[in-house]
Amino acid sequence: MIAAAAFWIFAAAAILSGLMVIASKNPVHSVLFLISAFISAAGLFVLMGAEYLAMLLIVVYVGAVAVLFLFVVMMLDVDFVELKQGFLSYLPIGALIAAVVVVELIMVVFVWAFPSDAELKLAHPAPTAAQTVADPDGPNNIEAIGLILYTDYVHYFQIAGMILLIAMIGAIVLTFRVREGVRTQDPAEQANRAKEIELVDIRPGEGLS
Amino acid sequence: MGLAETLTYAWPELALAVGAMALLIAGVFLGNGASKHISLASVVLLLIAVGLVLFAPGTANVSLFDGAFRVDGFSTFAKVIIYLAAAIAILMSDRYLAGEELGRCEYPVLIVLAALGMSLMASATDLISLYMGIETQSLALYILASFNRDSRRSTEAGLKYFVLGALSSGMLLYGASLIYGFTGTTSFAGIAEVAAQAENNTGLVIGLVFLISGLAFKVSAAPFHMWTPDVYEGAPTPVTAFFAAAPKFAAMALFVRTLTTSVPGVIDDWRPIVAMIAVASMAVGAFSAIAQNNIKRLMAYSSIGHMGYALIGLAAGTSQGVSSVLIYMAIYVAMTIGAFACILMMRRRGGLTENIADLAGLTKTNMPLAVILTILLFSLAGVPPTAGFFGKWYVFFAAVDADLVWLAIIGVLASAVSAFYYLRIVWFMWFDDPAPAFERDTGPVLTVTAWGSAALMFPVLTVFMGLLTRLAGDAAASLF
Repeated sequence: MIAAAAFWIFAAAAILSGLMVIASKNPVHSVLFLISAFISAAGLFVLMGAEYLAMLLIVVYVGAVAVLFLFVVMMLDVDFVELKQGFLSYLPIGALIAAVVVVELIMVVFVWAFPSDAELKLAHPAPTAAQTVADPDGPNNIEAIGLILYTDYVHYFQIAGMILLIAMIGAIVLTFRVREGVRTQDPAEQANRAKEIELVDIRPGEGLS
Repeated sequence: MGLAETLTYAWPELALAVGAMALLIAGVFLGNGASKHISLASVVLLLIAVGLVLFAPGTANVSLFDGAFRVDGFSTFAKVIIYLAAAIAILMSDRYLAGEELGRCEYPVLIVLAALGMSLMASATDLISLYMGIETQSLALYILASFNRDSRRSTEAGLKYFVLGALSSGMLLYGASLIYGFTGTTSFAGIAEVAAQAENNTGLVIGLVFLISGLAFKVSAAPFHMWTPDVYEGAPTPVTAFFAAAPKFAAMALFVRTLTTSVPGVIDDWRPIVAMIAVASMAVGAFSAIAQNNIKRLMAYSSIGHMGYALIGLAAGTSQGVSSVLIYMAIYVAMTIGAFACILMMRRRGGLTENIADLAGLTKTNMPLAVILTILLFSLAGVPPTAGFFGKWYVFFAAVDADLVWLAIIGVLASAVSAFYYLRIVWFMWFDDPAPAFERDTGPVLTVTAWGSAALMFPVLTVFMGLLTRLAGDAAASLF
């Protein structure tokens, strides 16, 4: 019951925020709605028992991708008045394409052979008790992935690491420049300036004469 | 097999990966002043890897990591050539990079990492390891293409290569996912098993078309060749020399292993595709190169054409065909490295020259270079006593034996057309009024490489062709 309620709340939130991503005028708001859509989707994943995917979605998409989007949107000065110019002249062909897609969708839906309940049962047999109720003592999602990732798939895991290393080298090689004349702080040098520094105990109200 | 024993078979890759990381750390601490030493150390590392491949312990053919990685005669043959080509590419770059003030310690490290990716490709026997090998290699190559980051042409080349490479990876992955969907497995052996039992393999073949498209991009075969001339022209010349040799061999080895071990059951479906790609590549190589004035662009079209000839052997699909591909590619790599050594020697005050017109009358200004280049051009064209002729000979014979006579005939016609533009350069060099002379002081590496390559093409390989065919035959036999 609670799970069903949670599902409807998350699903409605996901669809609504998805709609707002394309409907809101301000691109910053769009990105914020996108984050909300990601979080709702993560909630749906949790309900399906895929807690690892849910966390991945939060960490990778909300934590990194959406922030990057926000960065780009704020840094680029997008002129919406200019973007909307020519909207009317492109409207006829746009409407035509939209109409064609709608007709196609209708045709697809009408020829769709919906399977009967018996066929559905055959294709998706009812899950056994072991499949529906996760074994509380068995490995959870993350443990299960960890168990094979570092054993059966260690080869791929290591190559993926090398690919990321190459990407990192590439980013540094292609963009990093050593700038001349930058004054950086050198704590060791500062600490060794003992001879040039004189510590003076100044009394209150007298100042340094 | 336990992990410790498994790793003994993967020594070459382990050495390259660990060595590349150690060199990277050394490079970061020592700074770019030490880039020369890092280069030399990388060459030593690659030579050590060659030794590890040749003196591998235990049985010859072994499958590791649940069938993701295979060490056999085929992979050994491919890895030796890939590592040697990469080592020579590093040696050839030193002087150029120092002259252009590009001598940075990451350069040799990236070539070593690319070699690592290529050796993963040569050993891949699973769709996942196939893709990851390709990405390891490609990512390093994208960076190398735009290594001269202050040059607009170099960055443009890198960006073009990256965007089109990403597109081709997408197609490859789409094909791989379809194949997985229709067969239920990603391992080549499993796919072969399912394909042999299934009555209808239409879905598998559709996936295969996308997979072949992605692989054809990596070997730059037409109609997926568009990136090649621009990338070759824009990238720094030693990088182009590297691109034209080792990665081509690795991609071709992967192409051959994928098609002959995972889908031998549906050869009647993929043979026409490979044959059409071969014909298109030979045609593009033969006709587009005629109008080129830039020698790097000419070499790009030449390499497209050569991939077409090599694919004829793959279209045959037999053990003989595979061994002819290996022979062809080995000869191609050797002569391409030599040709690029010559291009790197076309240096006047103020940098490299790249126009074919600059070669005019070379016999009067620089006789040794003219002789080397003439031998190499004859070999590229496939004129009889040179090794290039034998490469084509074996490929065409494999096609005839597999009842693909029409393909062999088209191949002969295309090589006749392409002989025109190679011999045109020879004509320029021997019978035209001389252009200003090139600088004589080009360093020992380029001279030795160019002489060595020319000597291999004629007469060394002409005499020792039997040895090469035996090695390639053994390597090909391990796939069947």
